[in-house]
Amino acid sequence: MKKSLIIILLACIILTSCNSKKVELSGAGATFPLPYYNMVFNNYSETTGINVSYGGIGSGGGVRSLKDKIIDFAGTDVYLTDEEMSSMSPVIHVPTCLGAVVLSYNIPGVKELKLTSDIIADIYLGNITKWNDPRIVAINPEENLPDMLVTPVYRSDGSGTTFVFSDYMNKVNDNWSKALGSGKSLKFNTGIAAKGNPGVVGTIANMKGSIGYIGSEYAFAMNIPVAKIQNAKGQFVSPSSKSITASLSGDIPDDLRCTITNADTDGAYPISCLTWILVYKEQNYANRSLEKAQATADLLRFVLNTDSQQLTEKIHYAPLPSYIVEKALAAISSMTYNNQPIN
Amino acid sequence: MSDKIFKKLLFVSALVIMIVCGALFYSLMSGSLPAFRELGFFRFIVSSEWGMNSDGSEHYGALPFIVGTLMTSFTALLLCFPFSLPVAFFVGEYYNNTVVAKVLSTIVDLLAGIPSIVYGLWGFYVIRPFMVSLGLSEQGFGILTASIVLAIMIIPYSASLSAEFIRMVPRELKEGAYSLGATRAEMIRRVIMPNVSSGMISSYILALGRALGETMAVTMLIGNTNNVPISLSDTANTMASVIANQFGEADGLKLSSLIAIGLILFIITAIINYIGRLIIKRQSL
Repeated sequence: MKKSLIIILLACIILTSCNSKKVELSGAGATFPLPYYNMVFNNYSETTGINVSYGGIGSGGGVRSLKDKIIDFAGTDVYLTDEEMSSMSPVIHVPTCLGAVVLSYNIPGVKELKLTSDIIADIYLGNITKWNDPRIVAINPEENLPDMLVTPVYRSDGSGTTFVFSDYMNKVNDNWSKALGSGKSLKFNTGIAAKGNPGVVGTIANMKGSIGYIGSEYAFAMNIPVAKIQNAKGQFVSPSSKSITASLSGDIPDDLRCTITNADTDGAYPISCLTWILVYKEQNYANRSLEKAQATADLLRFVLNTDSQQLTEKIHYAPLPSYIVEKALAAISSMTYNNQPIN
Repeated sequence: MSDKIFKKLLFVSALVIMIVCGALFYSLMSGSLPAFRELGFFRFIVSSEWGMNSDGSEHYGALPFIVGTLMTSFTALLLCFPFSLPVAFFVGEYYNNTVVAKVLSTIVDLLAGIPSIVYGLWGFYVIRPFMVSLGLSEQGFGILTASIVLAIMIIPYSASLSAEFIRMVPRELKEGAYSLGATRAEMIRRVIMPNVSSGMISSYILALGRALGETMAVTMLIGNTNNVPISLSDTANTMASVIANQFGEADGLKLSSLIAIGLILFIITAIINYIGRLIIKRQSL
């Protein structure tokens, strides 16, 4: 008995010491790009043998963990404000893909719903309460909208998804910006709240008459209908890799911090967004090794390579245009270890 | 020698528990200080504002969550009463020491062992649509739905303990009542009830303590809206559910406010448990 215990103990010690020699990367943050990261990080482990773990704990949780220096990188859908930037050591924003926030609904018999931002605002402000409201019927003449209560669903936790959605609504609707503004969590006065993208999807799928905003991949995975939204050009556009890419038209700043909602281009889906991985510019912190710093830079380059970017379309995200990839690569090149550039 | 070592070991582990409990309280205190300093302790408790205003200023208050917690817990207590009381008498008196009673009490105890997420799922897929079809609420989420599931969750706590107290009533007293010509119902009312009443109250208070802190099942059913609930069909948020919902993304003043809510919940639960213990003590004297 004692002997076997000692053997197990020894085995444990040997196993743990083995692990600590290998380079492993760990990150945490936004759930929005999680399905994409799972695929890419898996591919990365297969090609390099370096394990990458990513915890979907939410953008804010990721940033907090990075602040505490307990992870190698953080995923976020909200770029850091100047205030947050100044409270941390220099941080680099590396965009990884484009995504969209979609409005999913559960109305029996309705397959293709069109919505304008004004209608969405009035639904979330409680001014539109029935699905057969004349304003909804007016732009959806071919659908048979029932006399059913509208229940907006929103996120109970602070989230990047809420930020992107409210950033768009705040730009296009005055009543919205007066009552709710934009941010990671808002004071909604009507509707039901659920935790995380999966929670909102589950609630919509099970509740007739509900509508809610979610990260696109979660809606497509659950196969629930998604509304076409009217963009700045007046077209009703459904979210797809093409329409998301179309929303990136102009240049973006060199530090890569910007939102791309309500783009004024043809065929652009109006609630599109960038998602980022955050890393420290100076990689020597919390006793990290040079190998780890190199692996981090390597991983970021891997996420940006053509093969990984092509994957995005498979799971309803969109690849980054080449000029953004170049800017992102330039940002990665500025990473240092002990003030020396990392190869 | 080994006796001495054992004694030391016991002392150390007892000490560790005390230190952990003290440290827990200390970290809750220090974490919630910024919120109390910024918002004021009293204002924090009575304010119903929660979140960022559209102009970017932040204000947090715990009132909606305190009200939500108390409403769900006490409704659950009321709802569990008509089930747990008969179960206690069934197991502890009428069918005491029979196979039926043993099976029933095992099943009731089993209820205590089911993870709360399972209750949450069941509530979400069964109770919620049921509430909608009854027309009690539009979407089925809300205080009442959460309370029904909570009530079932706390039945084992109140029923088992109550049955235990009922069994403890001395045989001589019961037989005395019978020999005076009392029926069983009269014996229960005149002999058992006076003997066990305080014990029963304490068992319900312990069950209440459990309902106060329940998180997962409530989070899935209550609707998670930050308003002060007025009726039972309103959606709301409890102290535990708001922490579970918002902790992940919170920072700064919001994080501190959430910790402060945790502290208040800690204190409320401690007080209720203390009252329960006090009543048990009086019973056993």
